[in-house]
Amino acid sequence: MPGRTLYDKIWDSHVVAPAGADGGGDEMLLYIDLHLIHEVTTPQAFAGLKAAGRRVRRPDRTLAVADHNVPTEGQALGLEAVADDEARLQLRTLYRNAGAAGIELFPMGDVRNGIVHVVGPEQGRSQPGMTIVCGDSHTSTHGAFGALALGIGTSEVEHVLATQTLRQKKSRTLRVSLEGTPAPGVGAKDLALAVIGEIGAAGGTGHVIEFSGSAVRALSMEGRMTLCNLAIEAGARAGLVAPDETTFAYLRGRPAAPAGAAWDAALARWSGFRSDPDAVFDREVVIDAAEIAPLVTWGLSPEDVIAVTGRVPDPAGFADPAKRASAERALEYMGLAPGQPIAGVGVDVVFIGSCTNSRIEDFRAAAAILEGRRVAPHVRALAVPGSGLVKAQAEAEGLDAIFRAAGFEWREPGCSMCIAMNPDQLKPAERCASTSNRNFEGRQGRGGRTHLMSPVMAAAAAVAGRIADVREFGR
Amino acid sequence: MKPFTRLVARAAPLPRANIDTDQILPKQFLKTVEREGLARGLFYDFRFDGQGRPRPDFVLNQPRYEEAGILIAGDNFGCGSSREHAPWALMDFGLRCVIAPGFAEIFYNNCFQNGLLPVVLPAGEVQALTREVLDSDRPMTVDLEAQTVTSPSGRVLRFDIDADRRQKMLEGLDAIDETLVLAAAIEAYERDHEPRPAGTP
Ligand code: SF4
Repeated sequence: MPGRTLYDKIWDSHVVAPAGADGGGDEMLLYIDLHLIHEVTTPQAFAGLKAAGRRVRRPDRTLAVADHNVPTEGQALGLEAVADDEARLQLRTLYRNAGAAGIELFPMGDVRNGIVHVVGPEQGRSQPGMTIVCGDSHTSTHGAFGALALGIGTSEVEHVLATQTLRQKKSRTLRVSLEGTPAPGVGAKDLALAVIGEIGAAGGTGHVIEFSGSAVRALSMEGRMTLCNLAIEAGARAGLVAPDETTFAYLRGRPAAPAGAAWDAALARWSGFRSDPDAVFDREVVIDAAEIAPLVTWGLSPEDVIAVTGRVPDPAGFADPAKRASAERALEYMGLAPGQPIAGVGVDVVFIGSCTNSRIEDFRAAAAILEGRRVAPHVRALAVPGSGLVKAQAEAEGLDAIFRAAGFEWREPGCSMCIAMNPDQLKPAERCASTSNRNFEGRQGRGGRTHLMSPVMAAAAAVAGRIADVREFGR
Repeated sequence: MKPFTRLVARAAPLPRANIDTDQILPKQFLKTVEREGLARGLFYDFRFDGQGRPRPDFVLNQPRYEEAGILIAGDNFGCGSSREHAPWALMDFGLRCVIAPGFAEIFYNNCFQNGLLPVVLPAGEVQALTREVLDSDRPMTVDLEAQTVTSPSGRVLRFDIDADRRQKMLEGLDAIDETLVLAAAIEAYERDHEPRPAGTP
């Protein structure tokens, strides 16, 4: 019998019972170790529980944060800072529901609060070998710890609240090996965009991706989170990186991490969560990380990615008529011409934030580009830390001063312009260099044009006032 | 959940790939704490212009598709955000079935939680169906029991669907009730794996 993959091992250790109709089929009931919740995808779930007279089974395995809707200014005022009545009601509903169920909540303004996928790891809640769910697609982020982390819908949120389990069928497995040493100026975001560009936005459908190879092992935990965060943009059910010394060093001493004898026991257990050498994957993709240039998206899907030195493709070159039609629409929406070099395209807004790139290393890297430089006069630039703790850390290191001196607005934590549910939005036809994860039509505001890129590339775009190659900003 | 057995309805074509959940239901409609009333936001930016005026050329604004119960879409339908508000909005609008060459997984799964039937057919078949519904005012039939789609011209296409999911949709079963039948197994799992220090897997 061949060895088992990391995914198999997590799966096997969480099967509660077969859950198919009449106990048949291949649907399984999986135990869920950690359930992260936020204001947008939970009100209807709690309402459903209440209507059915059910209780939250394991409030101690659930953690609530306020992130999607929150304003990124004035958070110390609490809910008073939320100008939008509907958003305020939604946040208040979360506070009430969490309170009534005995679920720990980090309210807006609490230094521990922030984007759900930044907070879980930062608190040491996300750990190797776990099953983690959240009513949010980018839950895949937590796979960086070697945890099976799944985005779910609201009905499933209700199901997990009621039963602490999830009904699942096993996915296929895809190993993406990133080998070699990336060039200077190329980081985790570029690796992730390269993977999506290679396999396509639906390329991972039906699969759980395990990222491996020397370029992945060399990444910090924050880089691995960026990589796994974007697994969902390749269509995958989840992303995984096997835990190693980097993982353990990150977790050690975090508030929810085990300590003392429990730490040693946990290390022994965690070390087993890796694919056996003879494990067989359903698919394999190998990418040469040394060949990857800083990347930028040109279209309306994260798969529409090119090197910063590249040119906007000509839709006429796409053989598939559906692809051609969507490329034509994308160019029209984005206001770009076929064959136009992507570098030099002027930007109006720069956004450094989101669960993809709002951790301390992202701000350090961007600050290194911004130090002693100024944002171009016509550019509005926003820096939005992923959590209150990231913000505090950045301020302790003096990074906020660098961002401010450069002309960035230094904001309070939240999803902000990644989803534009709060007041941070693009206006129609505004062009944004963004470190977020989705360049979909209208994602950052109706009519807004998004170019996804890494934090250092966004910093370079802010200074140049146009899409620019960060490698020309060396020191 | 509403059971789904057989649907006879007009089908509306929306032949675009990668229609994400934010296009299905834009973010400004996510601030609600209710499930109902989301039809007003369905495909909002396709249906209305910047001033909130209906765009007459958009398929669901055309009188012949007013009563549409089926949507025929492009590949990777429902990608992006996990919001279940997207299937809620489709159903609130009166749609009960989406036919596409492929669906994003979370969306696909969310459909089954709500009685919205996602049907996967090969890209060539979906294109052919799109052409047929553009040319014909006759309804289509989607039969979940038989796992068939009957085109306006009467062509019968078979589709695959997971047996468990099909059964649950036919019966409109509540997943939580079903899982709670296994409560003893959940308790046994917790007993075997706990007590453990808080926060450990
Ligand atoms: S930062 Fe963006 S992608 Fe991440 S959880 Fe918030 S809205 Fe979703």
